[in-house]
Amino acid sequence: MATPLVEMVGITKRFGPLLANDHVNLSIRPGEIVGLLGENGAGKTTLMNILFGTYAADEGTIRVEGKAVRIHNSAEALAAGIGMVHQHFLLAPRLTVMENLLVGMPRQGLALDVAGARRKLDDIAREFGLKLDPEQRVSSLAVGEQQRLEIIKALFRGARVLILDEPTAVLAPPDVEGLFTALRAIAARSLGIVFISHKLNEVRALTSRCVILRHGRVSGEIADPRSASTRDIAELMCGHEIKPTIRPPVIKGAELLSFSHVSTASHPGTALKDVSLAVRGGEILGLAGVSGNGQKALADVVSGMLRPVSGTVSIDGQEVHDFTPAEVQRLGLGRVPEDRLASGLVSSMTLAESMALPRIAEAPFSHRDLLSRRGIADFAQKQIREFDIRCSGPNARTGTLSGGNLQKALLARELAFDPKAVIVAQPTRGLDIAATRFVHEKFLALRAAGRAVLVISEDLDELMALSDRIAVIYEGRIVGVLVAEEATVSRIGLLMSGAFEKAA
Amino acid sequence: MVRLQLRNDVSPALNFALPLAAVAFTLVLCSSLIRIAGASVVDAYGVMLSAAFGDTYAITETLVRATPMIFTGLAVAVAFRAKFWNIGAEGQLLSGAVLSCMVGAIDMPGGIAIALMFVAGFAGGAVTALIPAVLRLKFKVDDVVSSLLLNSVVLYGVMALIEGPWKDSLSGYPISPPIQDSANFPVFIEGTRLHLGVLAAFLAAPVVWFVIARTVLGFKIRATGENPEASRFGGIDTRRVIFTTALLSGGLAGLAGVCQVGGVHYQVMAEISPGYGYSGIVIAMLARLNPLGVVPAAIFLSAVMVGADAMSRATGVPAFIGQVVQGVALISMLVALLFTQYRVQFRKVAA
Repeated sequence: MATPLVEMVGITKRFGPLLANDHVNLSIRPGEIVGLLGENGAGKTTLMNILFGTYAADEGTIRVEGKAVRIHNSAEALAAGIGMVHQHFLLAPRLTVMENLLVGMPRQGLALDVAGARRKLDDIAREFGLKLDPEQRVSSLAVGEQQRLEIIKALFRGARVLILDEPTAVLAPPDVEGLFTALRAIAARSLGIVFISHKLNEVRALTSRCVILRHGRVSGEIADPRSASTRDIAELMCGHEIKPTIRPPVIKGAELLSFSHVSTASHPGTALKDVSLAVRGGEILGLAGVSGNGQKALADVVSGMLRPVSGTVSIDGQEVHDFTPAEVQRLGLGRVPEDRLASGLVSSMTLAESMALPRIAEAPFSHRDLLSRRGIADFAQKQIREFDIRCSGPNARTGTLSGGNLQKALLARELAFDPKAVIVAQPTRGLDIAATRFVHEKFLALRAAGRAVLVISEDLDELMALSDRIAVIYEGRIVGVLVAEEATVSRIGLLMSGAFEKAA
Repeated sequence: MVRLQLRNDVSPALNFALPLAAVAFTLVLCSSLIRIAGASVVDAYGVMLSAAFGDTYAITETLVRATPMIFTGLAVAVAFRAKFWNIGAEGQLLSGAVLSCMVGAIDMPGGIAIALMFVAGFAGGAVTALIPAVLRLKFKVDDVVSSLLLNSVVLYGVMALIEGPWKDSLSGYPISPPIQDSANFPVFIEGTRLHLGVLAAFLAAPVVWFVIARTVLGFKIRATGENPEASRFGGIDTRRVIFTTALLSGGLAGLAGVCQVGGVHYQVMAEISPGYGYSGIVIAMLARLNPLGVVPAAIFLSAVMVGADAMSRATGVPAFIGQVVQGVALISMLVALLFTQYRVQFRKVAA
């Protein structure tokens, strides 16, 4: 057997008390596409960041083509022939494709070797079928093309091992096939690929071998992913059999959250175009869609962060006029934002202060413009207990909490005020299984209590497990609403990709 | 190899120790300058210390000098809490001085005059600070640049005033007409300049602390500064918070001008502020933006200024050492602040 291109042996990494990687072994041989599977927080990204030099491992060694190396930063990783395509692209949008390739390249004297670079780019295009116009500005590239540029960039710098961190998360299904073709072509040239994902079907379709991480440890390795059963892989990932959620039917109530012909201005991001949608009491409505298709605008409109240019939004039967956070809150809406620390909580304030933030001017948090420290602390204490938020207490700095506990804190902050309708975006992104289950149980409890829940998620499995109905958003339009019984991943996937347009 | 690792938590002891460490480092660094200037470090610092704190009069002078800096320090601390980068305390001080001087020149009962001087000075500073705030909110103009440049505008405006319409027609000095005698701030100890404004400054610090730490407005200011996005999401009108913060910050800086007019100079002149507005930035940083910390920080800088003059006379070391201390203290504190965010790890590079 050929010498592995890269071998990671006994890699251990701690973040404070959290053991992110625990004696992980991983090797990548020439021509291999290794799937790195695991749930969110299993340690996949950490492991790859160690290989790419972003983090230093606490223990363990890395060997590149049999030689032990120490990789301290991305430049050293690239020099060792390791390239990485991050989930979030690292491109300069205002520069052209060629300029992005040349950034950070070694140069001779003051001149950049543009002609040589162009030759190399042509070679890559020919060998791997990765074509891009070198003069095009990155800002005008589609997401799939930007990803292609990232891959080209890595190959351009001589990467022999390519790490792709959840590359399909940002792609529509048709683009995924294109990506896979390119990756197979790369592997065929004796390069190695690490493909990080938590989507079983993709790993099965693409990889030649897959390694499964759970809680930072290698929980299993599958030599032939194509023939392995979903159930086996899922068990290695989750450690338990996935049971479908059993839910008692709930009698549908009145429309507690409704949109009627809502459109927004195009800035920022994808605009909503004539969106009509209603969530009834006792219902969980899932909103599916490839990231960046208007989910943010929809969440912003309901949350009172964005005023639509036309159409109406009603909460509990009352029309929203001002589109301010204070107003929608008053009308009985609970809001859990997608980015918990950027727009939800304040990392440098105490947990108690963060939890009091949206209602700070009201009792029990303040009285006549004076803060009630007792009220703020008592509220936090009560919610910490009720939601089992793991922290050192109400005075813990918010930023020290883990993702799951932050999410619990956000839910605790909103649900304490008995909202009529709740909107949550990416409710379980980055959460472990226990926290995910906790969050889902809270949604189901809201449903049972006759509240309306709107869940925006990119995790189809989550939506399938939770929702009574699933709406699909594509380029700012609701392109379909399926009831749970008729929803299948393939039908939703088709809608998400915009394929209905061609069919029509 | 040295690595910086993000800290989870900052111990209160560290918070307290950092400014002290920064000050100590500054004094050590400046002692080498004193050596270069050819004086004995012990003598020089000894003279400084006794000039600043040696007797009752020295102490009162240090406090009188600290007074405008307490106000500008509070002004900057409040603004920076909201991440409204008000570098314009100097101009706001001058505006406050001009307005309070105009009010103080009007003949009316002393008590009322003094009260109105405070009101006018606060308003003058507040309105001046609104300019960069509005520019930022309306046109996204960088507040650092606009508030800083506005200092020159106000300064030269004041110069134009005292060189022009206000110029003393008898002596020809560039000074404003004096305020009424009855508007001169009362002095607490006969034979010193320990005036009403000093008391006002010492009261202002806990009041500002209370506003920041214990009121809804203060909460909104802190939240807006720490995370404007989450604050907006939480229903805080962050634009309004910036607006209010600017009023409060500018007003406090304006009060520094009031104290200079009512308690020290009794008129407006070019020397009314030797950069107290800029010192406010150093003070606020040394105080880690804590209003209560502003008082000792201002007294420290005041002592350095008072002491530097005396040291210069006694040892021949240029009085500019006072400015150097200020500058080095600011930089040391900024470096020290890094340590509240990060833990420094030394580790050996494997051979």
